[in-house]
Amino acid sequence: MSDALKIDDFKGPVHPDWCPGCGDYGVLKALKEAAVALQIPPHKLMVVSGIGCSSNLPGFINAYGAHTLHGRAVPVASGARLANTDLHVVITGGDGDGYGLGLGHLIHAMRRNLNLTYIVMDNQIYGLTTGQTSPTSMLSHRTKTTPRGNVEQPINPIGLALISGATYVARGFSGNPKQLTELIAGGISHAGLALIDVFSPCVTWNKVNTYAWFRERVYDLSQEGHDPANWSVAMEKALQWGDRIPTGLIYQTYRPTYEEAEPVLGKGPLVAQDLGINQSLLDQFLAETM
Amino acid sequence: MKADQSSGVIVGIAGAAGDGLDKTGDTLARTASRLGLSVFAYNSYQSIIRGGHIWLRIRLAEGKVTNHGDALHALMVLNQDSLERHVAEVEPGGVVFYDRDRVRPVPTLMRREVQEFGLPVRELAQPFGKVPAVMQNAVLLGAMLFWLEFEFAVTREVLQDTFAHKSPEIAHQNTALAQAGYQYAEQNALRPVGLSWDFGRIRRPFVTGNEALAMGAVAGGCKFYAAYPMTPASSILHWLVAHSEAAGVLVKQAEDELAVINMAIGASLSGVRAMGGTSGGGFALMSEAIGLAAMLEAPVVIVNSQRGGPSTGLPTKTGQEDLNQVLGASQGDYPRIVMAPYNTRDAYYSAAEALNLAERFQCPVIILSDLLLSEHPETLEPSDLQAALPIDRGHLLAEAPVGYKRYQMTTDGISPRVLPGTPGTTFVAASDEHDEEGNVISDQFTNAPLRRKMHEKRMRKMDGVLPLLEPPCLAGPQDAEVTLVGWGSTWGAIQEAVTQLAADGIVANHLHLKYLIPFHRDHVRKILSGSRQIAVVENNISGQFARHLLAETGIRPAHLILKYDGEPFRPREITIQTLAIVEGKPHTLGVLEHEAREIAYHHIRIHLDDRCRPSELVRRAMAEQTTPVWHTTIVDRDTAAVTGTLLIDAETGATLQWLPA
Ligand SMILES: Cc1ncc(C[n+]2csc(CCOP(=O)(O)OP(=O)(O)O)c2C)c(N)n1
Ligand code: SF4
Ligand SMILES: [Mg+2]
Repeated sequence: MSDALKIDDFKGPVHPDWCPGCGDYGVLKALKEAAVALQIPPHKLMVVSGIGCSSNLPGFINAYGAHTLHGRAVPVASGARLANTDLHVVITGGDGDGYGLGLGHLIHAMRRNLNLTYIVMDNQIYGLTTGQTSPTSMLSHRTKTTPRGNVEQPINPIGLALISGATYVARGFSGNPKQLTELIAGGISHAGLALIDVFSPCVTWNKVNTYAWFRERVYDLSQEGHDPANWSVAMEKALQWGDRIPTGLIYQTYRPTYEEAEPVLGKGPLVAQDLGINQSLLDQFLAETM
Repeated sequence: MKADQSSGVIVGIAGAAGDGLDKTGDTLARTASRLGLSVFAYNSYQSIIRGGHIWLRIRLAEGKVTNHGDALHALMVLNQDSLERHVAEVEPGGVVFYDRDRVRPVPTLMRREVQEFGLPVRELAQPFGKVPAVMQNAVLLGAMLFWLEFEFAVTREVLQDTFAHKSPEIAHQNTALAQAGYQYAEQNALRPVGLSWDFGRIRRPFVTGNEALAMGAVAGGCKFYAAYPMTPASSILHWLVAHSEAAGVLVKQAEDELAVINMAIGASLSGVRAMGGTSGGGFALMSEAIGLAAMLEAPVVIVNSQRGGPSTGLPTKTGQEDLNQVLGASQGDYPRIVMAPYNTRDAYYSAAEALNLAERFQCPVIILSDLLLSEHPETLEPSDLQAALPIDRGHLLAEAPVGYKRYQMTTDGISPRVLPGTPGTTFVAASDEHDEEGNVISDQFTNAPLRRKMHEKRMRKMDGVLPLLEPPCLAGPQDAEVTLVGWGSTWGAIQEAVTQLAADGIVANHLHLKYLIPFHRDHVRKILSGSRQIAVVENNISGQFARHLLAETGIRPAHLILKYDGEPFRPREITIQTLAIVEGKPHTLGVLEHEAREIAYHHIRIHLDDRCRPSELVRRAMAEQTTPVWHTTIVDRDTAAVTGTLLIDAETGATLQWLPA
């Protein structure tokens, strides 16, 4: 197994520009570990992101990638995947990117069930833009733009994923790299859309939801005999927040993927198909109009 | 103009939406087409399913016709309102067909020597059992076919082909009804049009601009098409979905236009030829990502089929109002190509050309179409559309060379492309400014000279584009009193206006621009330097193209011929405005009589009951009113008794007052 892929094979060209201690380091490491575990060669991996600290991740891993617009990673990834079903397409981004600007795309991607793995580095804050409130900031959280405390109910990404038809729903914590690696590997192996919401603390701008805050609260569902096939129980877990917060694989089911249902992909990846048309087919199209 | 074989016969069909007019028009158009005539049709419809006013024009001729023409030679109306609103457009010598049971002719509205031909539709339909209302048009159609001197057998065949797959019964009923109308016309001494048609009997494709564009996209190697429904682009989506498997194009209706363009960009990054289609509102949503495509150097083609704006504007009416938007799309400077196909055949080749240019220059290409071009069907010559088109994938490498850099700074600005999935390299396509390898230099590791050179590299690609584009050329005599300059779909109407002007003793010529970015600055400057007067013709209120022309060439056209009421130009409108320019007459924006009449119809529909109609209109000055006023007498349709007078401001178009009798 000397030519087996190792973590260094995924070392990116530049060192991450994240603050020391940022939760996103753990996510990057776990993603590389997952690729190693699955032995996906770098050229078969495509990492797509939006804009934010977390969305800088594609630049820090040796894989093909697209660093797109704020909130638009999901449709770019969807197009990339539809055009080449030989690629493993992983989306990485933040809570602002995915649950704010990009929320509409996310819901549709989940009901569409494309074979994509979406890792959200959820720090409950806008990191890159220096600490404004985010769609997952907790009630009464004082941020730069909520000086009297946030009054808007936070989005529940897990609950949203469950009602939107995601077929793999998980929550990780960048303070638990082993579990996170398994969840990401599980998501990539899963046939269908995987949403992995990861607590990934912003040590600079979020002084509430810190590593310590999470460590006191998170527990691993796999240790408690959770059945990820049971949607109702998964929904109960989605609603659990406070003293105890569940992490791990919350829900998984199987439904035909969009790719499987698309007849044009029956002839193999789009990128490998022939281009153009012959005169007899064009004449047939024209004959329909006569 | 009288009906003749070469400039053609123009037929109008008017009624309410849901009357089944489209099918009637289609049957007529296909009959003509199968006989070997050239057909150009325009459907001035509204986006409602029933009710409302539908207005279809079909022009039929032995030679190629390039627009929907001017006055009518025949009119078929399905209700009273339609008769009143269009009958005055019928030329002397023309004919009006109507259902005697539903419509009463109004001789005062008709021009001289127009035959009125009412058919007892109910009576004629009786022998054929229970006939749904939408099918009764077939009776009128039959009479129209007789008038046109078309062979009924051809229509029978068309109806068979159209309806047989639904049910043989429907096909049979439609044919029987049309035949009854045909025979009734024959027996009741309807005077036929009197053209000795020379039917060519070649079968020609009868396609819309959107169908042609969709087929051109397929021929040009498009593999991925995304769209969110929006008139008038939707029929590209519909055609491609219906032919997706046969054509091998993956078609995706996305959740919104943001998704449309971003999916297309994603597909393009993976290496397939990708396109998206929309209209102005959707294009506005795509704006940021057009710049993304440019920054990632992802080839992508976007079709913006324009309709009247701003905002939701005129969803089902035409316009050329998005040029400014397209020129101003997205933040920053970036390479892009913008082209406006000028007719249906050109739409086919433009799609394929756009796909080639996009890949060759790794940048967004925007096709600016509009409702007229997108939706009007016309006959093409069988050889017009060729399947074998060159597919130029640009600088695409199958393998990654050692030391490969995705954004390599080259002399022509084009960096060799390797697709994700290729072993031996990786890179990130980044929307932030980046170095040759794709590493971001926007924030942490900023670098002013690298930013400058990368920005220049991208823009430098534009230098290579212009030489590949066919330069514009002047149509008509070199030396003319006036040069008409147009872009996009106005081509057909302008070139006919030039012919009309010649008949009126005015020498005009025509310069038409297809490529808007990059711009054939030198060619255009040279051509226009010989012009005595320049008039830009376009479908918007502000002269968007005229301003673009000024910006590109320094030439400020002295005259603008603008139309922004949602309808496409008729040649005669251009001719009349050109004559006014030549004669030095000022152009006024006052409300014309027929416009005042339309405004009155609107008032009646909203505020009065449908039993009345406008009759006399008199333009008069009024005390306490600085502007003249149209005194519009409104009468009862049945009794002709005056119900009151509606005052319409002849300058502003305001409805000033309703004075009941
Ligand atoms: C259209 C648009 N709006 C706003 C921004 C500015 N912006 C960049 S990142 C960001 C928020 C990032 O938050 P999140 O996605 O949570 O990422 P984090 O930095 O926290 O990892 C915003 C508002 C932008 N780049 N584009
Ligand atoms: S600002 Fe927050 S999210 Fe951004 S790198 Fe620093 S710690 Fe991470
Ligand atoms: Mg965040």
